[in-house]
Amino acid sequence: MHDLDLLESRSVYILREAFSKLRPLAMLWSLGKDSNVMIWLAKKAFLGKVPFPVMHLDTGLEFPETYAFRERYAREWQLDLIADPCPPIEAVDQSLPPDARLAARKSLGVTQAVARYGLKGLIAGIRRDEQATRAKERVFSPRGAGNTWNFRAQPPEFWDMFAADVPPGAHVRVHPLLHWTEIDIWRYIKREGIPLVPLYFAKDGERFRSLGEIGITRPIKSAAASVDDIIAELKTTRAAERAGRTMDHESEDAFERLRTSGYL
Amino acid sequence: MTGTETFSAGAFPIVIVGHVDHGKSTLIGRLLNDTGSLPDGKAEELRQVSQRRGGPVEWSFALDSLQLERDQAITIDSTQIWFTSAARRYVIIDAPGHGEFLRNMITGAAQAEAAVIVVDAVQGLTDQTKRHAYLLHLLGVTKVILAVNKMDKVAFDEKVYARLKAESQSHLGSLGLALVHAVPIAAREGDNLAQRSPRMPWWHGPTLIEALDALPRRRVAADQPFRLAVQDVYRDGEERIVVGRIEAGRLRIGDAVRFWPTGRTARIKSFQGWSAATPILGAAAPQSVAFTLDDDLFVERGHVAAEPERGPRLSAVVRVRVFWLGQGPLAVGRSLTLRVGTAVTPVRVTAIHRVLDVADLAFADSSAVATNDIAEISLSAATPLTFDLFRDHDALGRGVLIDGQDVVAGCVIDADDAATAAHVGPGSGAVIWLAGLSGAGKTTLAAGLRRELAGRGVHAVVLDGDVLRRGLNADLGFSPLDRAENLRRAAELAKLLAADGAVVIAALISPTAADRRRVREIVGAGFHEVFVNADLATCEARDVKGLYAKARAGEVGEFTGVSGAWEPPTAPDLELNTALDPVETCVRRLTAYVESRVLLARATISPDPARAVG
Repeated sequence: MHDLDLLESRSVYILREAFSKLRPLAMLWSLGKDSNVMIWLAKKAFLGKVPFPVMHLDTGLEFPETYAFRERYAREWQLDLIADPCPPIEAVDQSLPPDARLAARKSLGVTQAVARYGLKGLIAGIRRDEQATRAKERVFSPRGAGNTWNFRAQPPEFWDMFAADVPPGAHVRVHPLLHWTEIDIWRYIKREGIPLVPLYFAKDGERFRSLGEIGITRPIKSAAASVDDIIAELKTTRAAERAGRTMDHESEDAFERLRTSGYL
Repeated sequence: MTGTETFSAGAFPIVIVGHVDHGKSTLIGRLLNDTGSLPDGKAEELRQVSQRRGGPVEWSFALDSLQLERDQAITIDSTQIWFTSAARRYVIIDAPGHGEFLRNMITGAAQAEAAVIVVDAVQGLTDQTKRHAYLLHLLGVTKVILAVNKMDKVAFDEKVYARLKAESQSHLGSLGLALVHAVPIAAREGDNLAQRSPRMPWWHGPTLIEALDALPRRRVAADQPFRLAVQDVYRDGEERIVVGRIEAGRLRIGDAVRFWPTGRTARIKSFQGWSAATPILGAAAPQSVAFTLDDDLFVERGHVAAEPERGPRLSAVVRVRVFWLGQGPLAVGRSLTLRVGTAVTPVRVTAIHRVLDVADLAFADSSAVATNDIAEISLSAATPLTFDLFRDHDALGRGVLIDGQDVVAGCVIDADDAATAAHVGPGSGAVIWLAGLSGAGKTTLAAGLRRELAGRGVHAVVLDGDVLRRGLNADLGFSPLDRAENLRRAAELAKLLAADGAVVIAALISPTAADRRRVREIVGAGFHEVFVNADLATCEARDVKGLYAKARAGEVGEFTGVSGAWEPPTAPDLELNTALDPVETCVRRLTAYVESRVLLARATISPDPARAVG
């Protein structure tokens, strides 16, 4: 069996566990490469149609290419799209550094969406190899009533027997891509022919390796203009995937603070 | 494809365990450095920090704290660490120390294919090391490499290494762990990690990296009997699609599969998929699949699909080895939920046999299991559990115990524990649901069956529709909604009584297929649908209660078969025709059915002669 089949099979298992145990359930669709892979996997798990809403936390600050992608594929993939606007920047914790504040609009957006739709489960496309605090995550990660994450007191999780019952007011973050690495994602995109926002591919010597909002995401120097080029580039790079996400680097603990208070 | 197959590529998952001070973090840090897996500048930074402190390079700083490891690079974090040897990619599933160590270690080790046990050359095997080794064995990690660390502290003495290796070998061997290699190392200086140590010229074995590279990948035996824990059943129009992951063996179109605990068998009609290049004709472990059956069986989450002739076990009592992670001690009488595969079943701790003393791996008698203890206990369930023994097949031979919302323990199943079964009160109950027209003879047959069962010492309860309507359901009328509620209450009550071990005989008209499917779903395992058949003319001629006359006169609204819907059961578990056969014959057949399908199954579960029935 091919290693991509193994990765796919486990993700499908996780998605089906979530759908079976957590209702109401929704999936976050950031429009980035990982969340497109996740939608693709959901279509595999549920035989062609994603049977729950797909949520885009809209800050209004996405690139025009990203919005165009959303409109096209929400239709083509027959997604039940929820694109509620995120709360304004004035609403977030003002003690965070400026760029983290922009990102915090999304954490607040998640918290409000969970409450608004009474969600018991929220599927997110984070991976362990992206970032140190994400590496500590569980596949089924319980969130307290305030959408908080306590990484020091996480439940044990083994043999893929996930704990899906949560007290009232709490919900479970489900991470079907947790065991994938960046290069796995690209190899799978290549094999399956999954469409992406074109900003990932180099133009005039630059491309986005990690796609976020205008103003807090920077492109990297790269000539990789195709999926094959990107796979080749990743085999040699030693730079971090999220190096272009400015809010990760503003202060020592900015990202950890974002995550414990509900960021993805 | 024949025999076994090997997985290709993918990072090889390993776990590194050992006593907290024996140099685990240093080993990992140095491994990253020596395989060129640290990000640019990191090694230099570590050297400078250490120089300022005036000590040797602290490789463990590479991953010691969240604070330090943050933002460094994609390769470093404290729970999953990637590195690459000349041969392949590895992921170290590391467990950070501190209070939650055991929880994290188990979470990590459960995903690993092999383990490196780090032992300090000076201190040797400690209780903590032994506990970790035992947990590896319970978690099913069987390939182990022993790294005898800090050889510099014993002047690179070959004899110290040889003694520790022999000691570990015999200890691990007694656990069923295969010591694939033992390597003498000094992690801080990189001796025998990626490079052969000039300071141990006597060593001709592999370096640690070479030993890792030599480990074979886990093989999934394709000739293991097929097992699949049903995750869900999806509906696509009229089609019911069963989904789940193949835990062992393989499955092809046309294969017969039997479902546990219902015992129903059907053949695979088709595999369903999306965006598959070619139609799927077969699949093997550990693939996630979706398939349809050639027969419309009742299948639900928690059922196990398996090879008909080599199926799992069924028992209401199991003996398990448990690693208890809950707060406070575990004692007899504790109620928990056991998850095996996708089935969750309420269980009670009925016995604590022995608690493991990790020092000498001896089990001692004890009445309570403390947090982080390993113990042998018995669990008893109200309904039979479907499982394998861990030594036969691991996927359905292990489970987790859940307390409320929390996973509080893992366990592996060692036996059906028939000996204990004799002492734990009632076995599994069942619900014999008699459906049929008014006047078909349901009440008569129910009374006859109860009499027969009582004669065999079996506790049976009759739930008669008319009796229920005079009491429990006195507030209900005969509208479709009230009829549905009438059946729902009866089914819920039947389920409760069956859970307590009773054989429940329910006698209710249950007019439509939907009604009967609903009650079957409520009751779940142990439900038996019996169609008490008599044609309308016969029932009307009997008219014991005079209701048919009233219905014909229009005095009773929606009377089943006359003015209300009646859909005769099309696939009951048993059909009795009271219009053709005398009552005695029907009671005899009904009793024989219950004997073979309920009582005999119980006797198999608990072969103790004291509980043999019939």
